Amino acid sequence: MSAEKLLEIKDLCIHYITEDGTVKAVDGMNLEVGKGETLGLVGETGAGKTTTALGIMNLIPAPPGKILQGEVIFEGEDLLKKKAADIRKIRGNKISMIFQDPMTALNPVMTVGEQIMEVVQLHKKVSKAEAIKHTQDMLELVGIPGARWVDYPHQFSGGMKQRVVIAMALACDPTLLIADEPTTALDVTIQAQVLDLMKRLKDELNTSMIMITHDLGIVAEVCDKVAIMYAGNVVEYTNKENLYRTPRHPYTVGLFNSIPSPDSDEDRLKPIEGLMPDPTNLPSGCPFHPRCPNATEKCARVIPTPIEVTPGHFVKCLEYAPGGLH
Amino acid sequence: MAEKLIEVKNLKKYFNTNKGLLHAIDDVNFYINKGETLGLVGESGCGKSTTGRVLLRLLEATEGEVLFEGKDINKLSKKEMREMRKQMQIVFQDPYASLNPRMTVSEIIAEPLIVNKVHSSKGEMNNKVAELMEIVGLAPRLAYAYPHELDGGRRQRIGIARALALNPKFIVQDEPVSALDVSIQAQILNLMADLQEKFDLTYLFISHDLSVVKHVSDRIAVMYLGKIVELTDYKTIFNNPLHPYTQALLSAIPIPSIDVEKKDRIILEGDVPSPINPPKGCRFYGRCRHRQDICKQEAPELKEMGKEHFVACHFAGEL
Amino acid sequence: MSSANLSKQAVALPTAPMKKRSPWVAAWKSLRRNKAAMIGLFVIVLLIITAIFAEQIAPFGYDDQNLVNRLQPPSAEHIFGTDNFGRDIFSRIVYGSRVSLQVGFIAVGIGAIAGGALGAIAGFYGRHADNIIMRIMDILLAIPGILLAISIVASLGPGLTNVMIAVGIGAIPGYARIVRASVLIVRDQEFVEAARSVGTSDFRIVMKHIIPNSLAPIIVQATLGVAGAILSAAGLSFIGLGIQPPAPEWGAMLSEGRQFLRDNPHVTTFPGLAIMVVIFALNLFGDGLRDALDPRLKQ
Repeated sequence: MSAEKLLEIKDLCIHYITEDGTVKAVDGMNLEVGKGETLGLVGETGAGKTTTALGIMNLIPAPPGKILQGEVIFEGEDLLKKKAADIRKIRGNKISMIFQDPMTALNPVMTVGEQIMEVVQLHKKVSKAEAIKHTQDMLELVGIPGARWVDYPHQFSGGMKQRVVIAMALACDPTLLIADEPTTALDVTIQAQVLDLMKRLKDELNTSMIMITHDLGIVAEVCDKVAIMYAGNVVEYTNKENLYRTPRHPYTVGLFNSIPSPDSDEDRLKPIEGLMPDPTNLPSGCPFHPRCPNATEKCARVIPTPIEVTPGHFVKCLEYAPGGLH
Repeated sequence: MAEKLIEVKNLKKYFNTNKGLLHAIDDVNFYINKGETLGLVGESGCGKSTTGRVLLRLLEATEGEVLFEGKDINKLSKKEMREMRKQMQIVFQDPYASLNPRMTVSEIIAEPLIVNKVHSSKGEMNNKVAELMEIVGLAPRLAYAYPHELDGGRRQRIGIARALALNPKFIVQDEPVSALDVSIQAQILNLMADLQEKFDLTYLFISHDLSVVKHVSDRIAVMYLGKIVELTDYKTIFNNPLHPYTQALLSAIPIPSIDVEKKDRIILEGDVPSPINPPKGCRFYGRCRHRQDICKQEAPELKEMGKEHFVACHFAGEL
Repeated sequence: MSSANLSKQAVALPTAPMKKRSPWVAAWKSLRRNKAAMIGLFVIVLLIITAIFAEQIAPFGYDDQNLVNRLQPPSAEHIFGTDNFGRDIFSRIVYGSRVSLQVGFIAVGIGAIAGGALGAIAGFYGRHADNIIMRIMDILLAIPGILLAISIVASLGPGLTNVMIAVGIGAIPGYARIVRASVLIVRDQEFVEAARSVGTSDFRIVMKHIIPNSLAPIIVQATLGVAGAILSAAGLSFIGLGIQPPAPEWGAMLSEGRQFLRDNPHVTTFPGLAIMVVIFALNLFGDGLRDALDPRLKQ
């Protein structure tokens, strides 16, 4: 974690206040993204990945969402303290987002060129001719012939649409790209194309990226650092090498054991027992303790804090805390 | 020699659409042995789900035979078919859409028992429902819950219990874990393996996820645009894939490890073409790295390249 | 590791059976939180009570004439005043609620049942049945509703029953279209296919799976439709084709009062207000019902 800091999330807490109770969607999060670095944000449904992304963009729908505390420092400034007008200048410009479903991320009644131009003209003072030129360049960049800027989204296939979405996200040369499950809706061979493209562009443009995914395979391929989330908590946070060679948190270990690997010949998977907890009624102590194979009675009492187990390897588990599990 | 439970011969399923004839399944042949799992992999639109449905006659085949224990189910009368349905069941992909939102868990599981008048008394039936719930790992207290109150994993367990209710011999698993989280997916996969062993079930396991298919299957068929392009046992397909599409598909899987030596990834050009009015020659022609003129003219037949290793490629073994 | 086992047991303690919370119950709960809808429901309930106990509530009979006291402005004795025959307007409005309710519910009943059945057949069987039924509906829809009702009443003759039939027929195409659309959606849901895969008959599929899941939009439309039916009936009575005097119908009262609009506005104001309040209440309730039943608006 030596790269120059671009984004720093400090002690971020985001809650949703609903009729059924309060959901601690993000609970005391600390993360950093350096320039040119890719952070993988991994977790299952309801872990708080997307909420984190929306939190960074200051787009949490309120109500029911509420940012209780914390800072999101981007290029030295706290985004959460910015005025709405100022943050709009950052969104889509310096920070842009790629959504999961390319089918719904594009407006069906506008040509893809118009949609990319809209972003360009919003943030940059350019003539119409320049905007069109830039739009075509962006399409070429993602492997779509520039002349297709006059086509409508329905004239593109799913994979091509996601390329358009990527072109739109990159149109203003962002320094941070947030990709929320960008390939989940795509077929495997198309996913390979899109991931390949994203990796290439990231290196070419030196863009930092937060890659939200549930797929540890994708993380292994594109990320430098990884944060594993469970029930609003970052339970493990380290670089890719540490995570894949020495996973520490029982949840991370459980995730690895749950995936059928194409390269080994296991007979039975070793799934994590139990179910995701009810988000409005999280277990006491460590939220993972009811499903944890190593849990002790202390885990039900004490809320773990992140421990730096080895340099740069943070684990939120009492096993590594002073005093251990007992 | 293992006994064949299902055999599919020259199966075709076409749909009339506004744009032309959609070749969902185009002359497919395979069999499934008793007690085995055949994996059916392919990308969206390749016809794998349609195959599952035609096998159960939830869709009528356009041409060809589906033999279940030697009997062609396409020739059965409506009444005979209803009797046959007890033997063959399906678990759906989407555990949200496949359960009637206005019925409770126990009503959903009881439905096959009610419509087939399996039990004479209500008490007997309730016992059976309770037993099924226990088998699939649903707590008894959930009997009166509605699907919308449950998470994806438990909903999928309801779907499995419903499929098991009539003691079938054969179950089509149509992407049963695609909509589930990784940790829940593993639970369901284990459950299905246990059930297969316990009740001596035969599965057709449909999925787009090769890792999952490999984990559950004995043999694997790879489909592309309505045709089977490669069919062999799960080990061979990973160690010695012969069809260029299978090779590309395998290399596209992101592997959750940083220590495995990454093979050179084959990135396929373009998208899966439309199954409406497909080209005359090899269906994979437009995306294949090794295409030759003959591929454009002639569709390759499924040939046996090694023992029980079938490939539909003019240049199989030479690439 | 005995302590570990302990903590796990604590988590796995047997829990009480889950409460049976059907989607209908959930919808009712969400409806109860909607204040506007509850006000609407309150007014509707009030109206129903008024209609049932009209004899007890109304201080006078609806056709008690008192020519000496004609066209009296509102007073302590006649709180809404009297009309040109000296009849108590409040009492006539109270009795009129019976007619309005009858027309509203029965006309909607005719429309919803006939339209619902036609729409369900069209949606479930598709092809020819669909084509024939929906083209007939299109023809009906091409004629303006009120014109259709007028021509039906004109040919059947005026009167309460014929008004209900006329308004009901006019409403059929609307219900048919809604039911057809929702049957088409439900028909292609996987749970219907699942039912088919276990050998469920068509009849059971329609009754158990399709109808319960396509009911919500009909209920909403019917609630809003009651308001429309009351208005249509009032309109027909206003132009003299509906309920015949001396029966107290709100639309007819408006019609009779219009000659006195300049000097005695109360004769028309109160029946007009009655119509407005009831329609408003029904619409509030109907809108609330739509929000509560429409799964897309949930969360």
